[in-house]
Amino acid sequence: MVRMVLSGNHAQSYAAKLARVQVVAAYPITPQTSIVEKLGEMVASGDLPAQYINVESEHSAMQACISAAALGARTYTATSSQGLLLMHELLHWASGARAPVVMGVVNRAIAPPWSIFTDHADTVAQRDTGWIQFYSESNQEVLDTAIMAFRLAEHEDVLLPVMVTEDAFYLSHTVEPVDVPSQDEIDGFLPRRTTRGLLRPGIAGRLGSFTTPDLYAEFRHKIARAMVRSAEVFFEIEDDYHRITGRHHGGPLPTYRVDDADAVLVTMGTATPTARAVVDAMRSHGKKVGLAKLRAFRPFPEKEVRQLAAGVSRIGVLDRSFTFGAAGAAFTEIAASLYGARHRPALRNFVAGLGGRDLTPKVIEGMYKALLKGDGEGVEWPDIKRRMEVVRHG
Amino acid sequence: MSPHGHDAHKATAYVTEEDLPERPIAAVPSDVIKTASWRTFRPVIRLEACTKCYVCWKFCPDVAISIDSAGWPVVRLDYCKGCGICAEECRPKAIEMAKE
Repeated sequence: MVRMVLSGNHAQSYAAKLARVQVVAAYPITPQTSIVEKLGEMVASGDLPAQYINVESEHSAMQACISAAALGARTYTATSSQGLLLMHELLHWASGARAPVVMGVVNRAIAPPWSIFTDHADTVAQRDTGWIQFYSESNQEVLDTAIMAFRLAEHEDVLLPVMVTEDAFYLSHTVEPVDVPSQDEIDGFLPRRTTRGLLRPGIAGRLGSFTTPDLYAEFRHKIARAMVRSAEVFFEIEDDYHRITGRHHGGPLPTYRVDDADAVLVTMGTATPTARAVVDAMRSHGKKVGLAKLRAFRPFPEKEVRQLAAGVSRIGVLDRSFTFGAAGAAFTEIAASLYGARHRPALRNFVAGLGGRDLTPKVIEGMYKALLKGDGEGVEWPDIKRRMEVVRHG
Repeated sequence: MSPHGHDAHKATAYVTEEDLPERPIAAVPSDVIKTASWRTFRPVIRLEACTKCYVCWKFCPDVAISIDSAGWPVVRLDYCKGCGICAEECRPKAIEMAKE
């Protein structure tokens, strides 16, 4: 183990290097570019003996990874925002082909208007593609999760692609001390890929062939079951990672000070450490508030959400994206998880921090106060600037 | 039947989810998979009117018309979807579309 000062993006690069990826497909997009740039340096210097493919688009990047994975290679690529949207079709191909591709995604707002700043709409829009999705709050968590992602993706009972996301700039371009495991430690944790490729040179096989209505649903059902199994497998993997590195990030829905809480806020990504500080500050004033971090969005941790809800009367869900015509995606899914639960807390949805708007302690404290007050319901956009406020502050 | 004959796929006949491989790989060549189940009309060739011009063979979008050893066109009903292009293009009107 060595302590390095790394950006979230370089944490991704080092994770891929420690995983000894064999194929990297690279196409630049802000704020992802420095991930594949660093990997390019590693390949050029000989530190990482991998095939580095400069492709002509994100669509091709994913295709290159799927094909390489089908032949048994460990593959990695990274993208962001518009690039992820261009990949959308191939994301379905990756999960459908059961290709254990690992991809770093830097969460960035979708245009128009153009924005390069943090927003979760890009990855939330990929929730139906059959990819496992993790959101992180620190560069350390990015590195650890990305390493674990390879073992999860390639597990015989899973064989699904994994997205490891990080918030634009808050993590991607901010440096923090990160404990980087040694190559020996990771070689023990993550051996060379053991699952055989689907295709083998010289032997006839067809990937992506035609299926009649007789059998299509059975293939979809296999993906559905693998996604369910992946939740159990991830627990084992994280325990194993903890044994080797001493670090554990708490499964798919880690909680903070929720045991006697009157109100709990659910966050994703970098809103989490801010909310944690707000919880501590409010607790010191006697307010019983707590926090849950939605770390895995796919598979959705329904069981953990129910466990959390069983002891809480009010839950607020902070979504850093919005599903037009409905509500924030995390809110909708948490509400769905609780349908039929014996104990159902009151739910509120806070849609805030879009397009990189800072989620300050004040904004998050306002959410807790609204929850504790107990009035209001449904969806609220608490950081929207309205004329009344401009007058009052201006 | 030979391994590549028309019944070869029956050796790997998939009926239930448990029969399927976990990953969607097909290990048999595509020419042994029958793909004509949705046909409503089948082409029937009247050989007495056929001039062996092979326009039907040329136009078939699914390569479902072959030529037998005597030079007559033969519709391979395991692959013919019944689109009727052969009947439309046949100048001596030797092909009729008959309801299945």
